[in-house]
Order: sequence, then structure tokens, then C-alpha cells
Amino acid sequence: MAGLKVIAPGLNPTLQDLGRPWAQHLGAPPSGALDPVALRIANALVGNPADMAAIEIRLMGPTLEITAESARFALVGTATPIEVLGEKPMQAPAHQSVRLTQGRRLRIGGIGDSGVAYLAVEGGFDLPPVYDSLSTYTRARIGGFEGRALAEGDDLPLLMQDVAERSESKAGDGSWQTDDAPIRVILGPQDDYFTQDSLTAFFSEGFSVSREADRMGMRLDGPTLKHARGHDIISDGIATGAIQVPGNGRPIVLLADHQTTGGYPKLGTVISADIPRLGRLRPGDTLRFAQVEQSEAEVARRDLEDRITKVIDRFGSTDPWLDLDALYQENLVSGVVGERN
Amino acid sequence: MQAASNSRDKSGNSDAPRFLAAGDTALVVQFGEDVDREINRKVIALAAALREREIAGIVDLVPTFRSLMIHYDPLVVGGADLRDLVSASLDGLAASEVKGRLWRVPVLYGGEAGPDLSEVAERCGLTEEKVVELHGSVTYEVYMMGFLPGLGYLGILPKELELPRRSDPRVRVPARSVAIAINQTNVYPMESPGGWHLLGRTPVELFDRGLDDPILLAAGDRIEFSSIDQDGSDALRRRIDAGEYHLSPEEAE
Repeated sequence: MAGLKVIAPGLNPTLQDLGRPWAQHLGAPPSGALDPVALRIANALVGNPADMAAIEIRLMGPTLEITAESARFALVGTATPIEVLGEKPMQAPAHQSVRLTQGRRLRIGGIGDSGVAYLAVEGGFDLPPVYDSLSTYTRARIGGFEGRALAEGDDLPLLMQDVAERSESKAGDGSWQTDDAPIRVILGPQDDYFTQDSLTAFFSEGFSVSREADRMGMRLDGPTLKHARGHDIISDGIATGAIQVPGNGRPIVLLADHQTTGGYPKLGTVISADIPRLGRLRPGDTLRFAQVEQSEAEVARRDLEDRITKVIDRFGSTDPWLDLDALYQENLVSGVVGERN
Repeated sequence: MQAASNSRDKSGNSDAPRFLAAGDTALVVQFGEDVDREINRKVIALAAALREREIAGIVDLVPTFRSLMIHYDPLVVGGADLRDLVSASLDGLAASEVKGRLWRVPVLYGGEAGPDLSEVAERCGLTEEKVVELHGSVTYEVYMMGFLPGLGYLGILPKELELPRRSDPRVRVPARSVAIAINQTNVYPMESPGGWHLLGRTPVELFDRGLDDPILLAAGDRIEFSSIDQDGSDALRRRIDAGEYHLSPEEAE
């Protein structure tokens, strides 16, 4: 079955949906999009359900060739446009849907404005789910395309081989992404393993994202935290956003591919409304933390859901993106056919 | 932190279960501070009780040695309400008497399959044969799943075999290695780094890619190991590679 052929992968893109959080009791990490908000908006732009898998791009995107009759895309999470290659290269803006036809190549270059972006495709991918999710977890080689990052020559089968022409959808300017407020944290489950001075430092001083950052977690540079009662606990459960502090006192914020259990004390947990913001951070970015109570976290999460709903409700409609190159080719072909007849 | 009431247990253990916050999408119910069979059975019993109640908003229940992590959707159930709902299940909770499934796992001990067997024997002051016999003498329980998809922490290992983890962890432990450390044993379901002592290797897959649900074990299951020779292991492996054999649990007793 045809779909999308990977001409060049960029930097290890993977297929991600909203993950498989229900399989954690089997030892499988939740996985899923680092920025689920961007994924949901990308899916909405192409008319997909929110939880459909898209290509997660980090730092440098792929070059893809359309082998289906046609396909509709939306890139969300970055202002970087989709480059449509051809005789006359063109750009299709991010944050709006675009329909492209067989043989066209699209390239997503470096994304400099976010740690992560999503390329959604109308109808999604025709690949087998693992525990009801297409999310790729490369360490166990499950989900996505053969359980691994996309590589040159992969042909990703699409469920829709041809998509109807229609007016395209356009999101606002992506301003939901820009937010410099502190990352909010609920203390626990093991905040009592840290000195009071360390807890104070954690919330009053700044951190930056180190180079040791991947889908599993990000190690932070900043004040070294001191344990008050040793740095080993009997392994217990881990929630996404947990701030784990091993013996060296350097905190690690655990992200989508985190192990389901672990034996280091966890100072606190980033609230679910701020997890997407963590996913957008890049090495070198700075951040601060603020302590909140659970009730505040629940209000923040409902606010986030309201904002996502508003962004989607306010999608504008825009004319189909004019593929001049394709039109030109079509005219040439029909001209030749016409002469023969 | 709020302590649950009415949950003091009959064995005189004064540790009432405690609720610990783990953000706005997870709640920890902690039963004690030890790796202990009774504590772990209560954890698994609470998971079973909550699963049966099908509480709206609970996404997953992850038992660990001495606590249960409840993952939930805060848009469906709030943290305060969830604590109340869970407290109701803590009242009168008894350690699990539910017997999990029993898996019989053949192991090719020693040689290339178990490169640490001789060292373990030496450090424990035992013969290799005795190590194998002791390792296979116990019906282990899966205390918890973790570290890798499909990896179960099994206890309790006979005291004679207790050793700390290796001071020099391996970067690559082969898939299906059977290993021990401290008072536990495990089977590495896939290749990974690891610091446990490798006694042998099983031909069977505990992460079986030929199945729709590839992970076989769950917390509360039981495992018995038995020794198999090279020919037996090779023969079973050929059937597995041909897709003709998948490990299945023993029939209920």
C-alpha cells in the first residue's frame, strides 16, 4: 500500500499519538507526543480525531515523497513552513492544512523555535497498534513503523490513498505556544527526602535544559539538590512529569518514554497542564518552577482544555493551496495527450 | 498528607496506608517501607479491588513492591474525590489470596547462557549444581513490573543466593537472560543494560512479538523455573522461531 516515502529522515522522527498510559502496569512506558497540544491541533486541522498518530519532529525534519494519489498535511508546533520541492520550490505555511498530490516531495528543515513539532496526515497511518496505540517506543522496538525511528527508504502506508479537494483549515498564529510563566509543580511523592534549603533553591533559582535530553527525560543544569535521607528508595511508580533526583543532586524531569517505576526519590511532579510546555523546551532553554496545590493544577488543566477547544473552534477557512507546479505539469501532459488525439 | 483511616491491619503492622501526591494525574497509596510479601499482597489486592469497581477516570493501576500508583484522568475525576473512592476500598482490605497465573519457565543454566553462574557459586560458597537447584526450588511471585516492558521483579530468592548487584553493570544483557540480585530474580524480556548476575537463559519469550498482547507477565502471577539442557533449549527455540510455540500459563489448579 502506498503512502509516504521517506527520502531523508532528518533527526530520528517517530510516529506518536497520545500514547498507551493504560499499559504501564505491564512495564510499558506511556510514550506518546511530547507536546500533545500541538498533536491535537495538527490532527484537527486535517480533520482527524485528536488521538491519531502523526510524525513527531525534533530539531530537524524529514523529506518525504507522496506515493499515494494525494494526501493532506498540517505541520503544528513550529512557524517553519513546509517546503514543497519541485521545478519551482514553494512554501506551504505551518498551522494550516495543505493537500499535495502523488510524486510531490515535501521537506521540513530545521525547526529552531521549538523542541518538537507534528506533521499530521489526514486519515492517519495503516500500521498495527500495540496496546491500542501507534506510539513508537524505540527501546523496546514497539509501535510506530517497525518500532523504530523513520529511516531513508521507509514507505509509510496511509489509510487514505486519495483525499478530497476542499477549502483548507487554518489555525491562529500559534501564540498558545508562547508562555514564559514558571513550570508548575506539585510537591511529592518524596519531597521529604530533600533538605528544606534544596526545596527552597529548587523553586527560587533557575534551571536550564542540559544536552542530556531525549524522549525519556531531560536533565537540568542549575542548583545541586541535597538529599536529607539518602538517595535510594524502594522502587515505586513514576508519573509523567516526575522530577527525579539521583545521587548527584541533578534533577531529571521524566517525559513520555519514562520507565514505569524507579528507585530515586521524586521531589515533585510537573502538572499535566504544563507537560506540553516541557516537551517544547530545547537544550539550553531556561526555566523556573513554581509550587502549586492539586486544586490549582486541576483548574489549570481545565483552562488548557478550554484554550485548545477555542483554538480549534476558531479555525479559519482558507482557499486550497495553489500547487502551481502541479498545474503546470498537468497542462503539459494534457497538451501532449491532446496532440496525439 | 492525609492518612487513611480504619486500615490498621490484623497482623499488628501499625503502618496505615498513606496517600502520597504524584501530580494531578497519579496518586500513590503506600502500605509500608519494605520489600515484604504481605505488604505486596495488599498492594495487589487493592489493585484488584479497584479494577473490579471500574471507577470512572482511572487509567491504569500499577502495583509496586510497597505501593500502588493509580494513574487517572483529572478531567474525569478530581484528586480529592479519587482519594475518597480509594479510601472506601481500603476499609477491610485483606492481603490478596487471589492466586495469579502460574508460568513454568525452562532455563539453560551456565555456560554462555549464564556467564555469572560460576562466580555466583563461588561467592555463595556453593556448587553450581546447588545454585541451580536452589534457584529452581521456589515458586516465585511477581511483586511488580517495571524497568522494561514485560520485566517482572520476582521474589523471594532463597537466602543462600543473595548478592548485591554487580559493581560493574553490563551495557548489553542478552534478551531472555535469567538473573538474580539481592533477594530477587528476573527474566530480561529484551536486550538491555543490566546489573544483575546472569545465571542462565530461557528459550521462551516473555515479550512475545508474535502475540497481539506481547507482554505475558503481570503483578501477582507466579513463576517456577526448571533446568533444561542445550538440546532441549535448541529444540524449543526452533519451534518458537517457527512461530509454533508460545508460552502459556498452567491450567488453574
